[in-house]
Amino acid sequence: MKSEGAKPEGAKPEGTKLQGMKYDILIAGVGGQGVVLASRMLALAAMKAGFRMSTAETIGMSQREGSVSSHIRIGDEIQGSLIPAGQADLLIGLEPAETIRNLPFLKKGGKIIVNSHSIPPASKPPGSPEYDPAALLTFLEAHVPGILCLDFTQLAEEAGTYRAANVAMLGAAVGTDMLPFSKEIILAVLETEIPEKHRAVNRAAFEGAIERIKLIPGHPDGEQKVKSNV
Amino acid sequence: MTEKKLLMGNEAIALGAIEAGVQVVTGYPGTPSTEALETILRYADRCGIYTEWSSNEKVALETAVGAAYSGAKVLVTMKQVGLNVASDPLMSLTYIGVKGALVLLVADDPGPHSSQTEQDTRAFGHFANIPVLDPANPQEAYELTKLAFELSHEFEIPVILRTTTRVSHSCGDVELAIAEPAAVEASCEGFTKDRRWTIFPRLTAERHPWLENVQVQLSERFSGFPYNSISGSGKIGIIASGVSALYVKEAVKGFEELFTLFRVGTVYPFPEKAALSFLKGIEKLIVIEELDPYLEEQALQLTGRAHLPVDIYGKKNGFFPVSGEYNVDIVIDGVNKVLADLGETSRISHASPAILRGELPPLPVRAPTLCAGCMHRTVFYAFKQAAKQLKKDSQIETIFSGDIGCYTLGNAYPLNMVDTCLCMGAGLSIAAGLSRTNPEVKQVAFIGDSTFFHSGIPAVVNAVYNGADVTLAILDNRTTAMTGHQPHPGIGVTALGNPSKAIDIASVVRSCGVEFVRTVETGSPENSLENSLENSLENCIEAAKEAMEFKGPSAIVFKGKCVGITKSGTRLTIDPEICTGCGFCVKQLGCPAIFLPPGEDKPVIQDSCSGCGLCAQICPSGAISEGGVKK
Repeated sequence: MKSEGAKPEGAKPEGTKLQGMKYDILIAGVGGQGVVLASRMLALAAMKAGFRMSTAETIGMSQREGSVSSHIRIGDEIQGSLIPAGQADLLIGLEPAETIRNLPFLKKGGKIIVNSHSIPPASKPPGSPEYDPAALLTFLEAHVPGILCLDFTQLAEEAGTYRAANVAMLGAAVGTDMLPFSKEIILAVLETEIPEKHRAVNRAAFEGAIERIKLIPGHPDGEQKVKSNV
Repeated sequence: MTEKKLLMGNEAIALGAIEAGVQVVTGYPGTPSTEALETILRYADRCGIYTEWSSNEKVALETAVGAAYSGAKVLVTMKQVGLNVASDPLMSLTYIGVKGALVLLVADDPGPHSSQTEQDTRAFGHFANIPVLDPANPQEAYELTKLAFELSHEFEIPVILRTTTRVSHSCGDVELAIAEPAAVEASCEGFTKDRRWTIFPRLTAERHPWLENVQVQLSERFSGFPYNSISGSGKIGIIASGVSALYVKEAVKGFEELFTLFRVGTVYPFPEKAALSFLKGIEKLIVIEELDPYLEEQALQLTGRAHLPVDIYGKKNGFFPVSGEYNVDIVIDGVNKVLADLGETSRISHASPAILRGELPPLPVRAPTLCAGCMHRTVFYAFKQAAKQLKKDSQIETIFSGDIGCYTLGNAYPLNMVDTCLCMGAGLSIAAGLSRTNPEVKQVAFIGDSTFFHSGIPAVVNAVYNGADVTLAILDNRTTAMTGHQPHPGIGVTALGNPSKAIDIASVVRSCGVEFVRTVETGSPENSLENSLENSLENCIEAAKEAMEFKGPSAIVFKGKCVGITKSGTRLTIDPEICTGCGFCVKQLGCPAIFLPPGEDKPVIQDSCSGCGLCAQICPSGAISEGGVKK
């Protein structure tokens, strides 16, 4: 991020630093996993940080357990809401197969955060390929160096509910410095966007993920983050 | 003071309408249009806006028309296929015109993502002589909504604000002129009796020249609008409207000196004067638009009329896809094809992805499916069993006709229970038609509660009137589920949350003259297994059999509650000691809560289970029972 001229963590970006800034995030998952909420939180955070943004969400039939994705485009210029192939800076995959389905959107050298918790389709129509999540994760690791892969569903479950995996992944993204705004900004959005009765558990999942990624040995972003904090 | 807010396109439209002083809003839910009316509802009380979900789009428009005849500012919302339902009043309304203002939000769905058709409302506006505005993003949607109200008021004609999925369901930062919506004017001038409100051949003949003249005036006016803008000075012109114009801007970035872009925001009547001055400055023209070649046809006839030597590249000569949703990459491919044809050496390159689509490993098909615990699954499964029995006992086949709603998903594997589906309310009529041509086959039609009220009732009347041997299964889950749970005439509450008379579906069917009418509980998540659920499947199968055996029209109202709005405290578990791993539950039901862990043969039930009990009722070894803690 920093190499792309984005603002430093925390502070509101200055106008001059915004010139040419563009950061495209794609969130992929299965209908019901909270892709739309995560997308809205990122868009609101981007706005709070002083950027312009546009998003495109999957709303409609696919929300019934189908493949869904949200495109979030952050920058100083408004473009069409769909990210072109090979331009996403960050892919947040809530599910292994859905992450891979959206890989062609990721740019060369783009970052991936993937939830290793798989959701097999409810039925396997004749001719549909077998779902082998382990093989898919191996494929991911082989083809995209430096992916951040964790069972975020488990992590969220430990914080109180598996449903907060989406928010936990936002925590991992900001904790590894993959977002063009600070943790504090997302936390502020979390306060306004998540209903009070679910807020504490979502905050716990968010913070839990930030803590967890610091412990990943050898993870380049994790290390970098820890070092920069020293 | 202006304020910036993150808004979905549909929300921006709602706020634009309130700012324009909208007093009456009607509509029928339909993806991707629904959130516009839902947003108005959030402000309805505070701003004094009468808002309703009408029983269908035709009724919504007619209700709005009455209000507009009285001088009120009105908004009607629907998806593109809803406009087909509303087209009868709309085609006549153009001749009559309105007082006040009448704006229709019509949302198109290139792709399509959640629709039966890829129709183009820009072409519909042309056909019906109704001005069409075509925003590209939420900001423009907000501004053009306000413009639509002004135009409708000034010219006394209805105006269409046409969006597409990527405008209606896109979010963006929108600069609002007014930070918080204020109360709209409480009253309008009221209805004045006048012969102009009664359509009649003579009146139509009088009004038609007026209507055509309005189109000429509007085309003239539109040519001076900033929403029709020309940028660049290249010899190759590009014309685009809506979100496609943004794709073009992004695609040709860095090649601006080659192109001149003409963005059209007011697509019908076509701003001919502005278009002509653009066309005179270029040598070649590329037309980039989703759905119909609407702009392309406008450009073709205009260059023909003006004898301009401009070659036009678009859908008609195969340079751009004739269907489907566009994106930056599709635009780049099309433009490169044109550049090659023109003998230009430059090409626009695509970004290089981490992995090409062709390099992906095989991925499982993940089609949308009925929710875990959905009552529709129980009904589909029951009819499947009843039909199986009928085939076994009497060698009689059954054809299942579906309709539009969540239950269209009954078509998916492994249920495979939708043999026909066409449009809202068509299932029973199609079944009746099939019964005339396939007399030896049983006909069953499924329809949801909201769709029943939308356009299902005339088919019931016709089946009784003409004595069709058909069975109607009404799936009454007490909501309009697919579009996000809007109330309907059977619920007993209006969009504004006021109590209303709940119309009983079984009584309606009975009063139409259907002699066999049953009401069957499918079991709701609130009921535990010990209560009514134990035999819910059996009850459904029995009712289905009886209805299918009945000669003449028969109907069953299956009652349940949509799991999307009822929170269930119960869930089921599979006892691995008893489970034989036969896989029957997985293969028969396609329930997303039943999960076969990779490499294992015994399924487990996940927390998304809502305890409907269907799997417990079909498990051959009785391994499934209530249990486990729901989080």
